[in-house]
Amino acid sequence: MTKWLEEHTPKLVLAPSFVAIMIFVYGFIAWTAWVSFTRSRLLPKYEIEGLIQYERLMASPRWETALNNLFVFGALFIIIAMVLGLLLAILLDQNIRTEGAIRTIYLYPMALSMIVTGTAWKWILNPGLGLEAMIRGWGFESFTFDWLVNPDMAIYTVVIAAIWQSSGFVMALFLAGLRSVDQEIIRAAQVDGIPTWRVYTAIIIPSMAPIFLSAFIVLSHLAIKSFDLVIALTGGGPGYATDLPATYMYAMAFSRGDIGQAASSAMIMMMVVFAIVVPYLYSELRSKDD
Amino acid sequence: MTDLTLTPVQTRQSHIGKAVLRWSLYILLGVFALFYLMPLFVMVTTSLKSLEEIRTGDLVALPREVTFEAWRTAWSSACTGIQCEGVRPFFWNSVLIAIPAVTLSTLLGAMNGYVIAQWRFRGANLIFSLMLFGCFIPFQVVLLPMARLLGMMGIAGTIPGLIFVHVIYGLGFTTLFFRNYYVSIPAELTKAAKVDGAGFFRIFWSIFLPLSLPIIVVTVIWQFTQIWNDFLFGVSFSQAGTQPVTVALNNIVNSTTGVKEYNVDMAAAIIAALPTLLVYVVAGKYFIRGLTAGSVKG
Repeated sequence: MTKWLEEHTPKLVLAPSFVAIMIFVYGFIAWTAWVSFTRSRLLPKYEIEGLIQYERLMASPRWETALNNLFVFGALFIIIAMVLGLLLAILLDQNIRTEGAIRTIYLYPMALSMIVTGTAWKWILNPGLGLEAMIRGWGFESFTFDWLVNPDMAIYTVVIAAIWQSSGFVMALFLAGLRSVDQEIIRAAQVDGIPTWRVYTAIIIPSMAPIFLSAFIVLSHLAIKSFDLVIALTGGGPGYATDLPATYMYAMAFSRGDIGQAASSAMIMMMVVFAIVVPYLYSELRSKDD
Repeated sequence: MTDLTLTPVQTRQSHIGKAVLRWSLYILLGVFALFYLMPLFVMVTTSLKSLEEIRTGDLVALPREVTFEAWRTAWSSACTGIQCEGVRPFFWNSVLIAIPAVTLSTLLGAMNGYVIAQWRFRGANLIFSLMLFGCFIPFQVVLLPMARLLGMMGIAGTIPGLIFVHVIYGLGFTTLFFRNYYVSIPAELTKAAKVDGAGFFRIFWSIFLPLSLPIIVVTVIWQFTQIWNDFLFGVSFSQAGTQPVTVALNNIVNSTTGVKEYNVDMAAAIIAALPTLLVYVVAGKYFIRGLTAGSVKG
């Protein structure tokens, strides 16, 4: 008995976590997937009815806005955060004496809750007393910056706040990548008289492809999960102009009492995440086994 | 060879060019630093102004008269819906949620990582992959069944319920951290200890735990930041009395009744941000290590 116990201790230790993950991750995903094929409204029903919830989603203008917003927000957020992050990393890589302090400043927003970030930017961007009022106060009477309350522009305020929060992190990723490039090659290029910008574009940046991929994965993951920031900054408004799939799902689940819509929108979010993450994780795990 | 020998005039020019380049580099870095610092600066100054000064003054102006009134209100009497006790009770809720959830998930992650890295058995890698995928799911996909389960367990809307949720969905990352750390420790160490008659827990306790301080710090910081800053679970699985501080902050800012007190909003936001900011300032190195480990993996 004790021998058996000794032999199986490792498995027994891992078992509770394994069971928990199987139930609370995979079992729950299965539950949500199942319910997304039913007519569930306020209470879950379990008779499969086909794609009715997904058809309702596609017919919903609010969902269409949410999806459009995800693409606009996601594309701008990912591209700008990566470009800015790379630029900052390259600037910081020039033997800057105060690098440590500057890095700390660029990165601290990442330690904040999205709710705090949203609250701060909501105050800065509010037209009545914020940035707009300040610049008007400086004498530019006709200056207008009302994106926060303009349904066509509000989604861009989410982009601004999200970039402010995450670009420092992208910088940290790229900076680590720049430091890991073989210094010998760079020195050889400099000896050959190749200008610095060419060294970057032709040697250093191409060798950082894996970092670009990681940054892309992390940022797209952040974009799809964005929920708190929208809630705090715009509340999804004006109207539902800044709704994202995450806020749509939450509204359906907890204020509209429409479980079928909540489940199907959550499933679509998961499919988007998996379409991006699964190939990445798969290749990572495989390369590790080799 | 001739093009390498520069005339004195050329060298002087290139020196000046270098200095200009250097200066513009520092100025550019400074401008970006201002961009990142500006919101924090505005938050702090706004929180120290009176409402009167906010209405008449400039967004980025320093307060003419420093008052801590907004901080007092935010801490103990601002209204979060019908309750008007400030963020104080919710701040303590967050503490009560974070401490046990961080401890438990770190402990479990350490044991899991130790098993997966050092006691390999058939299927261990599959289990690890399954846990890893679990890190990446959008939590929306588990919200509905979790709400029902918490209800069935009788812990819906309670602090133990939130602790439970945070431990479960933190496991993937904590296991990942420890597994990647322990995998670099040679397996011979475990083997030798086994030959000497040490058991599973003995080896963990006297060999692995003493080596683990850096990764424990990274994991604790990561988990604390995640749990303290969480909003989705907090808003989905809490009730009026058990909300974490992020939810309370959002309620203060977006409550529609009465006059908008921006200074109180800002003070409340800083209070909610202080613990994680403090961790960042004190242990930034470990914070960054966790971030990069969580995204690039070791």
